[in-house]
Amino acid sequence: MIWLTWRQFRLQALMVTAAIAVLAVFLAVTGPGVADDYDRYAGDFLKQLSMQRLNGYLYIVGQVLVYAAPPVIGAFWGAPLIARELEAGTHRLVWNQSISRTRWLVAKLAVTGLGAMAVTGLLSLAVTWWADPIDDAIGAGQTSGIFNVSRMLPPVFGARGVVPIGYAAFAFALGVAVGLVARRTVVAIAITLAAVIAVEVLSPMLLRPHLMTPVEATVVVTAENMRGFMLTGPEDDAEVVQIEAKLEGEGFWKISEHTVNSAGVVQTKLPQWLRDCGPPPPNGAVSPGRMSFEVCFQRLADEGYRQQIKYHPANRFWDLQWREAGIFLLLAAGLTGFCFWRIRRDLT
Amino acid sequence: MTTALKAQGLGKKYGRRWALTDCTLDVPAGRVVGLVGPNGAGKSTLLNLAVGMLTPTAGQIEVLGNPAGTSQRTKIGFVAQDTPTYARLSIADHLKLGARLNPRWDDSLAQARIQQLGLDPKQRAGKLSGGQRAQLALTLGVAKRPELLILDEPVAALDPLARREFLQDLMAAVTEQELSVILSSHLVSDVERSCDYLVVLVDSRVQVSGDIDTLLATHYRLVGPRRDEKSMPQNQYVVSASHTDRQSTYLIRTDEPVLDPAWAVSQLTLEDIVLAYMGRSTSAPQNNRPLLEVQR
Repeated sequence: MIWLTWRQFRLQALMVTAAIAVLAVFLAVTGPGVADDYDRYAGDFLKQLSMQRLNGYLYIVGQVLVYAAPPVIGAFWGAPLIARELEAGTHRLVWNQSISRTRWLVAKLAVTGLGAMAVTGLLSLAVTWWADPIDDAIGAGQTSGIFNVSRMLPPVFGARGVVPIGYAAFAFALGVAVGLVARRTVVAIAITLAAVIAVEVLSPMLLRPHLMTPVEATVVVTAENMRGFMLTGPEDDAEVVQIEAKLEGEGFWKISEHTVNSAGVVQTKLPQWLRDCGPPPPNGAVSPGRMSFEVCFQRLADEGYRQQIKYHPANRFWDLQWREAGIFLLLAAGLTGFCFWRIRRDLT
Repeated sequence: MTTALKAQGLGKKYGRRWALTDCTLDVPAGRVVGLVGPNGAGKSTLLNLAVGMLTPTAGQIEVLGNPAGTSQRTKIGFVAQDTPTYARLSIADHLKLGARLNPRWDDSLAQARIQQLGLDPKQRAGKLSGGQRAQLALTLGVAKRPELLILDEPVAALDPLARREFLQDLMAAVTEQELSVILSSHLVSDVERSCDYLVVLVDSRVQVSGDIDTLLATHYRLVGPRRDEKSMPQNQYVVSASHTDRQSTYLIRTDEPVLDPAWAVSQLTLEDIVLAYMGRSTSAPQNNRPLLEVQR
């Protein structure tokens, strides 16, 4: 059965692993150089690195490939696994040999599914290893060019560590289950592609922030740590709706930030006078009541306004990684269970 | 073990539609059984229930003396409708598949059959003609060394020549291996050529079943002056009757010779018999299924 599984699967296997192998070779060749530069340039590392075109490309390609692997694997390894048999009627050939459907499915899922996880795992490992000096430098506060996203932030988090393995397992199991229900290869491929991409996009927004209770911090906005100032309404009668402060430290992932008043109530609108603290309007007309930043934020602090910030600190990286991967592995297990249940029922 | 297939009140429902209802039949082992019926009679459903591809909604089905679908896979060979094969795999790959998935696989038999058919083992199944594909599927079924080989409309898609070759081949394999065969078809001629036992299934009901030679020897057409059905002798079972003003035509089954000199007695072909039994059913109310197709 393992022979048959491999015989039917080798073409798709070859295509995906070839793409990953090419990248892996590039990463293996350039990786030691990146690590050397990290040691040599220390604080100027990222500035130096952003001048090397190849490494910039590799950084992006690696990122893209790790995100692309789960949908591609789900759509092209998972979806056709049963759907193609049902479509061509060959399930009636293979299920009437001397082995049971369950055993047939066990072999299919084990070979292809574990293959999917292994390939994605190796890809993620290679990318995580190669980008480690970069992530480290960003975590220490360096930024330059494209190298400015901490590994805690959604664009990078999902392309590091064990999360891609969880995505791959989930995508594969989803593809198989969709194929089993849809019974049409092309339909199953389309649904799986769309669903897995949607999951990759939505998971950082809807799932990841809740994997652990965020840390809360209360910060007083000062002229130095002010990072955002949002006005709405007509130019001459604008309202301040939001200000943002910078948190001490680097590499954390901010989930939310609210301004609360002295009573601790969340404010949707800030005092009217604060309008004059913002940057001057583009027409250059400076209003008579204009105050300096220092005075402004001192008054805000005196009146008891504080910023309430929820965030995941940088040292939670692996905790969040394992939790997210675990959840997707559980989902994959559930989908696999569904496949075993469904395949034992009537399918002609 | 004397029955190949036995069904009792067997029924199968797809969603709200019953594909097979209250089917009761008993097919002996050691025979080549032709299962004939119009499209939609439930032949495929019955055979799929027999090999365990489907589970019954009602009733029981036994294959080789055991409930269908329970770990009898080694003993039953199945050539599914349209004889599916893996288009991208070669003939040699298919034989390897058979060898790996079947403990009783007879590789020399499989190789010999492929050679005999003049097929190139390296050729992909997708490039084979319909007849060759059917032969490949049959090879897989036979080399598995089953006790019972079930074929679901194996020749439906083949041209007359390929059809004859396939059935001849099947017969050769059957005589060599002494296996029981159940073969479904909507064509009487296929069955006449290859089977020695007939089951006619219409609307999931068995209209007639029996040894083909016996069926041929006990059915007659009687043509004579008009006569009422009630006045027919007890030992003559009327299958069908048609009347004109002065003349009656009866199709009867009887174990005794017809001695009444009023009748002009003639023998029937198997097709006549089958059509007569089917005609009976189609005259029943709420039945608008197509009649048995007659081969051109």
